Amino acid sequence: MKVYLDYSATTPVKPEVLDAMLPYLKDYYGNPSSLHSFGRENKKAIDTARDQIAKTFNAKPEEIFFTGGGSESDNWAIKGVAAALKTRGRHIITTNIEHHAVLHACQYLEKEGFEVTYLPVDEDGLISVEDLKNSIRKDTILITIMYANNEIGTLQPIEEIAAIAKENKIIFHTDAVQAYGHIKIDTQQLPVDMISISAHKLYGPKGVGALYLRKGTKIHNLIHGGAQERKKRAGTENIAGIVGFGKAAEMAYENLEEHVQHLTELRDYLLDEILDKIPYTKLNGHREKRLINNVNVSFEFIEGESMLLSLDMVGIAASSGSACTSGSLDPSHVLLSLGLSHEMAHGSLRLTLGDQNTKEEIDYVLEQLPPIVQRLRDMSPLYENIKEGVR
Amino acid sequence: MYSEIVMDHFTNPRNVGEIENADAVGQVGNPKCGDIMKMYFKIEDNVIVDVKFKTFGCGSAIASSSMATEMVKGKTVEEALALSNYEVAKELDGLPPAKMHCSLLAEQAIKSAIFDYAQKHNLYYKELEGFDPDADEDHHDHGEEE
Repeated sequence: MKVYLDYSATTPVKPEVLDAMLPYLKDYYGNPSSLHSFGRENKKAIDTARDQIAKTFNAKPEEIFFTGGGSESDNWAIKGVAAALKTRGRHIITTNIEHHAVLHACQYLEKEGFEVTYLPVDEDGLISVEDLKNSIRKDTILITIMYANNEIGTLQPIEEIAAIAKENKIIFHTDAVQAYGHIKIDTQQLPVDMISISAHKLYGPKGVGALYLRKGTKIHNLIHGGAQERKKRAGTENIAGIVGFGKAAEMAYENLEEHVQHLTELRDYLLDEILDKIPYTKLNGHREKRLINNVNVSFEFIEGESMLLSLDMVGIAASSGSACTSGSLDPSHVLLSLGLSHEMAHGSLRLTLGDQNTKEEIDYVLEQLPPIVQRLRDMSPLYENIKEGVR
Repeated sequence: MYSEIVMDHFTNPRNVGEIENADAVGQVGNPKCGDIMKMYFKIEDNVIVDVKFKTFGCGSAIASSSMATEMVKGKTVEEALALSNYEVAKELDGLPPAKMHCSLLAEQAIKSAIFDYAQKHNLYYKELEGFDPDADEDHHDHGEEE
């Protein structure tokens, strides 16, 4: 059996999405900027996709800008606002559990003379709203806080954060790459100024994303060049990708309730069974305030990569926050920010679910996982004392 | 990413376990780095007649321990001391560059066990000069983040 449980890494393209894209890879090759009919037809296709995405946000189509993906959207939002407002202030507030696209953009700005406050999180991965209030300064120009964390699935108190930003007249950006497609984000209700999203996390193609940019938000360009995207993002459009993104977004929000129910049920089943069946296991992230498709647990005494290899051998695709899987010295900055020991961070396993998963697949995982954990524990010198009941 | 031999030693590791009343026990690594190796030797007439290991770590750490224990079994103490991590990695048909420290850890685990043996029996080995079994050095050789 093959079970894919790494939907937060990426998702397969849905057949309907592929069908929508194919004509733009085959028959419709015109440049949307061209005056002729070949170009005009493609311009229309992009407009349709823009409408589809705007609708999911209850936003105006002219507030949606297509980009090359979530990382570009994050970089544009952060560097673009920093450049536009640097004479007003040079202070930015974010958290220490952001995706690297946000963290590294902020670190880059620090080298360029900006000051960044990295808000800490509690053991569940939540920031404190009080901390946020206290960190606001006269020269704060941007607050950038992720909607949902990609590793542990924790959902931040976005409404409260947005309200605080608005009250203080500070631009608020949220990286919603993981939340989009799972949660309804209504820009008429939520006073957020910028939202980063990506197509391949919700059954669309890779290499295309978007930035929701509330009308009137001051921002400089990241990609300079032609007049595409209302002169805000140059470059001939990835038409097939944009069409696929529009279709995928539309489908995600048409079927949102069903999707939420299906995944919440599967997630709770998988999570509760793992915690019940395997001793010395800890849930990472908040139990309730969490993405509907995210399971993240740490198994004591074992290391993540050897778990991933073992799971892969029985056809199960997962991921881990262990250093050995990332090519860096330290385990995941997110897990360490929760206060986890290095050992527990190394022993983390992330299983992220998607629409295609079934209960049978989850049962298969629940059958395969406990002996894998046990085999590795039996090999681990850290487990010896436990067996002898010393601890 | 791993060779077939690495995967074989990870899936079916040789010499896993402990030896009761072992003549030598050595442990290296720390949980911070994500690998800990512990080795147990039974030594008779200066020959390592039995060896077992326990490892907390990634696939290549487990495979390196397994391969290293196979390589020292039946060897004299001096021969085991001469074993280098490159030989372990070579026998595994290579390790990815970021995982070479796993083979080094296996070499260190052997030296650590023999250090224990030398201390117990008041023996001197030139190869162990300057060896510190508790050294908390960083064996990682990871590249810069892209």
